[in-house]
Amino acid sequence: MTYLFETDEHQTLRAQARRFAEAEIAPHAHAWDEAGLFPRALYGAMAGAGLLALGYPESVGGAGDIGHMLVAAEELLLAGKSVGTCVGLGSHAIALPPIIKLGTDAQRERFVRPVLRGEKIAALAITEPGAGSDVAGVATRAVREGDRYVVDGAKTFITSGYRADIVTTVVRTGEGHGGLTLLVVERGTPGFEATRKLDKMGWWASDTAELSFDACRVPVENRVGAEGAGFVAIMMNFVTERLMLAGQCVATAELAHRESVAYAKERRAFGKTLSGFQVTRHKLADMSCRIAAARALVGEGVMRFLRGDASPALAAKVKNTATDMCTYVCDQAVQIHGGYGYMREYVVERLYRDARLYPIGGGTREIMLELIAKAEGY
Amino acid sequence: MKILVPIKRVADPDNANKVKVSADGTQVTTEGLEWKMNPFDEWALEAALRLTEDGAAKSRVGEVVLVSVGPKEAVATVREGLAKGAERGVIVEGNDNDLDSNVIAAALAAVAKKESPDLIVMGKQTVDGDSNVAGTVLADKLGWPIINYAMRIETSDDGKTFAIKRDLDVGVASVKVTGPVVITVSDSILHPESVKNGVTPADFKYPEAEGGRYASLKGIMQAKKKPIAEQTLSGLGVDAKRTVTYKKFELPPARSGQTTFVESVEELVEKLRTEAKVL
Ligand SMILES: Cc1cc2nc3c(=O)[nH]c(=O)nc-3n(C[C@H](O)[C@H](O)[C@H](O)COP(=O)(O)OP(=O)(O)OC[C@H]3O[C@@H](n4cnc5c(N)ncnc54)[C@H](O)[C@@H]3O)c2cc1C
Repeated sequence: MTYLFETDEHQTLRAQARRFAEAEIAPHAHAWDEAGLFPRALYGAMAGAGLLALGYPESVGGAGDIGHMLVAAEELLLAGKSVGTCVGLGSHAIALPPIIKLGTDAQRERFVRPVLRGEKIAALAITEPGAGSDVAGVATRAVREGDRYVVDGAKTFITSGYRADIVTTVVRTGEGHGGLTLLVVERGTPGFEATRKLDKMGWWASDTAELSFDACRVPVENRVGAEGAGFVAIMMNFVTERLMLAGQCVATAELAHRESVAYAKERRAFGKTLSGFQVTRHKLADMSCRIAAARALVGEGVMRFLRGDASPALAAKVKNTATDMCTYVCDQAVQIHGGYGYMREYVVERLYRDARLYPIGGGTREIMLELIAKAEGY
Repeated sequence: MKILVPIKRVADPDNANKVKVSADGTQVTTEGLEWKMNPFDEWALEAALRLTEDGAAKSRVGEVVLVSVGPKEAVATVREGLAKGAERGVIVEGNDNDLDSNVIAAALAAVAKKESPDLIVMGKQTVDGDSNVAGTVLADKLGWPIINYAMRIETSDDGKTFAIKRDLDVGVASVKVTGPVVITVSDSILHPESVKNGVTPADFKYPEAEGGRYASLKGIMQAKKKPIAEQTLSGLGVDAKRTVTYKKFELPPARSGQTTFVESVEELVEKLRTEAKVL
């Protein structure tokens, strides 16, 4: 099934993404996950195939909208079968939009274009060891000294942070929500270091890093927007990030379902295939229903976003619906695979671990509910 | 330079397990199949696009006309070719079951006579019929030379003459030919430096991509506005008939899926010889 908003154009785009992922990702999916990294050159290849700059304005070398980005991302995941690789390739989707929206032409030229050409890697750093859900608790300080900010603090759980060339970093320049500011910190800036590549449950092919800032001197011209504009910029970013994460959930579940259908038709027990049991067929049908429902809501979120009326609360509903569905479907997929579903060489084992991130990253399930409750005035 | 590139939509070879034969065995049924451009035609299209552009400046300097003989639905395949950079398309409507290489070649010859291209670049075969003759029959009908299995094409006079290397089992044959000509290509034509047109800088290297370039979203959007002319076999004055008729289709027997474990290479060779009987 595809999204209701899709046109022939999206179908052709899907075909390109599928071909790219089949040739460039799928043959290495397992190996890259085990190695905990995919080659840097993949960003360039992806840009060459016209897939890296989808959803960005033409003024920075992009094309299309979030709908194009979402379907291409789905096809990359379905055909490439590596969630980790896809989220690593996509980390700029949260790092660049604030620069595009609030930055100067010079910043777009220096930071955005090279990333969309696949020459540089971008990451977004909000989370800190002491502040996750509570974004206003960010404690990394930036103190202005002449034409520099002196930054001290640490960030953690940063996707693509380990090898990022540019990190859109949330720092504190004052008190409260209004005291948060965005700085682009470039790799190689003295005092800035990716201190650790973290070991994690899933998303193995994507690096997740701990970053440290020790009297790191960042030029003032790397400030994105005004001082104090950071919080609003991050909140605007969350809507698209959550729609994209929800899209990944739909794609992950769809893949788990496909793998399960194929396995159920092949694996034999008690003299018939697993799909010969009504219990299995119903399980697959149930998974399919839930995927369809989540897909419909993600599609609605995208269409409303394109019409300019996607609220943060709607994005939160979309995200929770999709993550809950994905958790359920990946769990059932492992169950259908039996012991093989618990083995590393089976795709669903990986998807089960990959899926666990979604109710946590990009705003937890509880924070989403909090947002909805507030918006609806309970 | 004006190039005609015939393309066909075929059942996606990766979905070949979905191919079914009708109950009476007279035809292959196509319901539920996913379609894509014949992979050999993708190579031909890539070669034609390289011949008609400045690859470094990413600008077009010639014209590529796509022609597909087949059902109306082939328009999606033609659009994909336009999205990759071709200028226009022609669809000659025909039911796949009424077509064979002879009818296709006659239809292509009729289109070529109307379009007068400098050359025709095409796949050496399709992955469904695997007949491997349409190019040669087309050249015969037009009275043009045929150069099969081109792995390298060079022109320095905008397509009046070509230096071509042919990819043969026994080695590489180098030929010079004066257009118009029909060329079929091998997959080596996708090599980063296999096409030289005298416009793209001589040291320019195309990126490695199995199947040639990808259609960008911008290209996909522009393709919607590019013209696709609709023709019919009778409208083109083609009265060629099938010269090949298929008597019966059968699916190959299902593989047993039985796994045999072996301890050594010797045992493997022995089993391949005595049990699988493939050596
Ligand atoms: C693989 C991975 C990649 C990531 N990538 C990035 C990245 O690229 N950039 C980035 O900045 N961050 C990233 N993160 C961080 C992610 O956004 C945070 O982990 C997330 O926001 C939760 O923060 P926390 O881990 O500090 O949990 P906490 O905020 O400590 O939450 C712990 C638990 O308490 C609950 N809780 C907290 N507050 C409330 C409340 N008010 N009401 C009810 N329950 C509450 C939470 O829901 C959760 O269940 C990533 C995380 C992971 C695991």
